[in-house]
Amino acid sequence: MIKSDIQRLDAKRRHVNERKKQFAVAVYKQQDYPHRLNFYELPPTSEISLEDFEQWAIHRLRILAEIEACSFRNKTPQETAAHIEPLLKKYLPLSANSAAAGGVIDQRLRDEREKDHYSHFILRLAFSGTEDLRRRFARVETMLFKLRYQTDDGRERRAFVESLNFDWEMVTGDEKRQLGEQLLAATPGVKKLDEENWFRVDWTLVPELVEYRTVFLRRGQAYVPMREQTSMIMTEFTNRLEKALELTSRAPRLDEDDRLSPILNHLTKNFATPDGAYNDSDAALPGAPINASNIDSLSQHFPLCMKNLHSTLRQNSHLKHFGRLQYTFFLKGIGLSLEDCLIFWRHSFKLITDDTFNKEYKYNIRHAYGDVGGDANRRGRGYSPYSCQKILTEHPPGPGEAHGCPYRHFSIDNLTSMLQATGVNERDVLKGVKEDVEKKRYHIACNRVFEWTHKGEIKKVKDDGTWEAAELDTIVHPNAYFKRSYLLRNLGKMAGDNVRTKE
Amino acid sequence: MSHSESPPVSSPPRDNDISLPDAPPLTGEEEGGSQSTPTNEQTNGTSTGSNINLDNLFDADSSDEEALNSSAAFATSSPPESSSSQNPPSSSLPTATAPLPGTTSAGGGAGAKYTDPQIMSQFYTRLFPFRTLFHWLNHSPKPSPSFSNREFAFTLSNDAYLRYQSYPTADLLRKDILRLIPSRFEIGPVYTANPRDRKTLRKSTAFRPLAKEVVFDIDLTDYDDIRTCCDKANICLKCWSFVTMSIKVVDAALREDFGFEHIMWVYSGRRGAHAWISDKVAREMDDEMRKALAGYLEVIKGGAQGGKRVNVKRPLHPHLVRSLALLRPYFQTVILEDQDPFESEKGAERLLSLLPDPALVAALRKKWDAAPGRSSNRKWADIDALAATGVSKTLDTKKLQEAKQDILLEYTYPRLDVEVSKKRIHLLKSPFVVHPGTGRVCVPITGNASTNPKEVESFDPLSVPTVTELLAQVDAYKSATSGADGDIMDGFVADGLSKVRKLLDWEKTDLKGYVERFDAFVKEVLRAEARGKREREEDGEGVHGVNGPDGMEF
Ligand SMILES: [Zn+2]
Repeated sequence: MIKSDIQRLDAKRRHVNERKKQFAVAVYKQQDYPHRLNFYELPPTSEISLEDFEQWAIHRLRILAEIEACSFRNKTPQETAAHIEPLLKKYLPLSANSAAAGGVIDQRLRDEREKDHYSHFILRLAFSGTEDLRRRFARVETMLFKLRYQTDDGRERRAFVESLNFDWEMVTGDEKRQLGEQLLAATPGVKKLDEENWFRVDWTLVPELVEYRTVFLRRGQAYVPMREQTSMIMTEFTNRLEKALELTSRAPRLDEDDRLSPILNHLTKNFATPDGAYNDSDAALPGAPINASNIDSLSQHFPLCMKNLHSTLRQNSHLKHFGRLQYTFFLKGIGLSLEDCLIFWRHSFKLITDDTFNKEYKYNIRHAYGDVGGDANRRGRGYSPYSCQKILTEHPPGPGEAHGCPYRHFSIDNLTSMLQATGVNERDVLKGVKEDVEKKRYHIACNRVFEWTHKGEIKKVKDDGTWEAAELDTIVHPNAYFKRSYLLRNLGKMAGDNVRTKE
Repeated sequence: MSHSESPPVSSPPRDNDISLPDAPPLTGEEEGGSQSTPTNEQTNGTSTGSNINLDNLFDADSSDEEALNSSAAFATSSPPESSSSQNPPSSSLPTATAPLPGTTSAGGGAGAKYTDPQIMSQFYTRLFPFRTLFHWLNHSPKPSPSFSNREFAFTLSNDAYLRYQSYPTADLLRKDILRLIPSRFEIGPVYTANPRDRKTLRKSTAFRPLAKEVVFDIDLTDYDDIRTCCDKANICLKCWSFVTMSIKVVDAALREDFGFEHIMWVYSGRRGAHAWISDKVAREMDDEMRKALAGYLEVIKGGAQGGKRVNVKRPLHPHLVRSLALLRPYFQTVILEDQDPFESEKGAERLLSLLPDPALVAALRKKWDAAPGRSSNRKWADIDALAATGVSKTLDTKKLQEAKQDILLEYTYPRLDVEVSKKRIHLLKSPFVVHPGTGRVCVPITGNASTNPKEVESFDPLSVPTVTELLAQVDAYKSATSGADGDIMDGFVADGLSKVRKLLDWEKTDLKGYVERFDAFVKEVLRAEARGKREREEDGEGVHGVNGPDGMEF
């Protein structure tokens, strides 16, 4: 990790007791990641570059955000696994030992495990700040761990579990025979002693089993059948992580390293409202008729925020400052050229003269495209389209303003009637949106609407396998919304695979 | 209800801590009373058996000095007052100014008067064991957040309810109680911060419950559908047996299954009992664990109206096997003989509705219709007798025996008000407060029901002293021991170390045994706490562990 960071971690570690210290020192020298799975008990110790620090964290965050979105939308574990697998392969691969030649851990496996290890700890730093973040982080990390645990090779998984050195004691032959009657009476579904083995743990580790009286208890110890092991490991994972996050939150922040704070702050913010970085591939729709005269018909593919700006513009022949900015960047993002953009705005502002338009508006549009302005602006080709995060968190709209996110900034009644006006009229969807909004999950609401309005097309590309699951991840950028909508509605009409290839 | 649920921590109701509209004025008696107490505390602090032993606990501990100092500081925290305590004022003042309400009443008629501020003031001043209460809640002689961040809630004599009160020391708690003279008070959780500061905390999540004793509540009103001797607030020794057997069953499970050791059962002052589990692991249980524990113990479900209330799997869980063995003798005596619930037609119908075989049920009904007034005992015996004659061709003997077990459980298994047990934020009435309706003190029944079953079995709620009886005993003691010369003889006792100390007021009354029971229980709590602390430190985790400033960051 970053140097000062490592020293800090090391300093903290000096206070653990002797037994642990010896262990920690041994690990400090080299983390060789003997197992694919990781309980993240030991913080990383070697240095990585600032770039990796940020990139790895962003990749993990992407996975966690998808997992959380799946759970918000009540996907089954199977659906979630199917959705996440390809994303994991892409952003956070983690191979079994058996994937390496002769089962010997090679550099590739080490690299994968290192990235997994580091990214987890970086996000801990970013998400320890509030109880809400800690709870969410522990929850999605546990889901990720479970996903991987269940796909782990049986033998490697056993070795991993043994390596955890849990305070779990196998109930030995003598004790098992002695308590046989009680064990059978307390463990539903087990008729004979030799059908099952039990291990002993503190009863507080298995509250559900205790609550439903499906485990034998003696002096505070629960006698748990082996088949409950998975859920116990998950509970243990969550408990330990929650405790560790609590400790992290109480430790002094990383103020000493100016380079890390902005990254961590950005990550934190991003988890609150996921940030979709805009990239040029979101614009690339070769051959699509994107020009000034076509915006009205293209607006059917716009997310609600842009539909709102578009219809307000059509109604008033005008948009206020932040609305113009949000909309111009978006239009630029869908691939509208500067020339067409100028034409579009000129025609839309029906009530003003050419003179006024040229004096008051034209420059800003050119500036947005990087056509004017300082060198930096020109080199960067102007501004990037706003992400959902930016729209959700910056400049809430005031009276008479139409920018922002309708899911966040409209009253629920106004939101509902606007959705109905755009054809979203199924009661379950509207109810789901209402619940999402109440829970402040605005982007989930927007994705819910997207999935419903494109349900036929989504089913088709899934069924015929023409789209990978990674291409149907949660939308966190208005331009991604547009592009995906456009592609789904024009299946087969576009010029083949190269159109939707992201890379 | 003897407990209440806190509102959600994030948004406490606005007026949950209304200030006292009409504080009882401090009368001369009360001032006198509060002056005499430091003497009590002082003698208590230096000479009761429990405290001498307690000090020994810290022998090998570096906090020894501190512990002694702080407990000494505590004992003498009001030196100016104690200097004037050579002549404690007579406790007979209330009797002189206002006749004591029903000192011999069985508790009931004189109800409202038990909350008389003068009586309550005398009670808190002379009899209430503040010091032991402090040690119990603080788990250590040295004041700690376990006490200072603990919520107390007072019901005042004008029925105002004052929540989120907290005190750094026992002495300040006592002073405030003497000022407010609550008719009763409740104990809540230890919070992450001082309850008085909860509104000034920047984040609402910074104020949340951290720890509390695990509690259970048994109330005889939950037995009204099977209790035939009394109803509502009334109790007698017959129906008190329901409480007795409940305590035995729950106590056994808490000890044998969960491994808890510090379980005190307290009479709730009228018709029930409370359990307070003070083991460290119990106090620190989160709500999920509490819910699990409550669920484990909960067997009787659903309301009194119809339906099978016991649904348990077969084979029976070991907890139920043990409970059945404990309850079977009580079913014979308390249910079949004392309560006789199946004697009535309605009760007999209830019994029949719980039996599985229609042919058997028809035969039983016929037999019982022909013999009105047949006792429960004989009706219960009829079941097996008729079944054995083969009245039913379809009879499943195993099912019948299981149904009889279920019936036994329905009529004897503890009926717990589990809601109070599930969450840390719940408040529960403090031990040793006075029940405003009966005047009876909420005394401990036992500190260990499993090793002292006699204390549970012989506990008689109707003989628990009332506040007025106790105050009368203090006065009676005084007049009996006063020689012709006045008060020189008033209650001195050799404390075994060639010193003589003044007898405490509660030692002159029937409260003595109960306070000593409480002391003994708390002593064990403190002993275990000190041992646990030492072990954690030896393990290297006490100092640098979770609470240490240098805890591991990740
Ligand atoms: Zn009765």
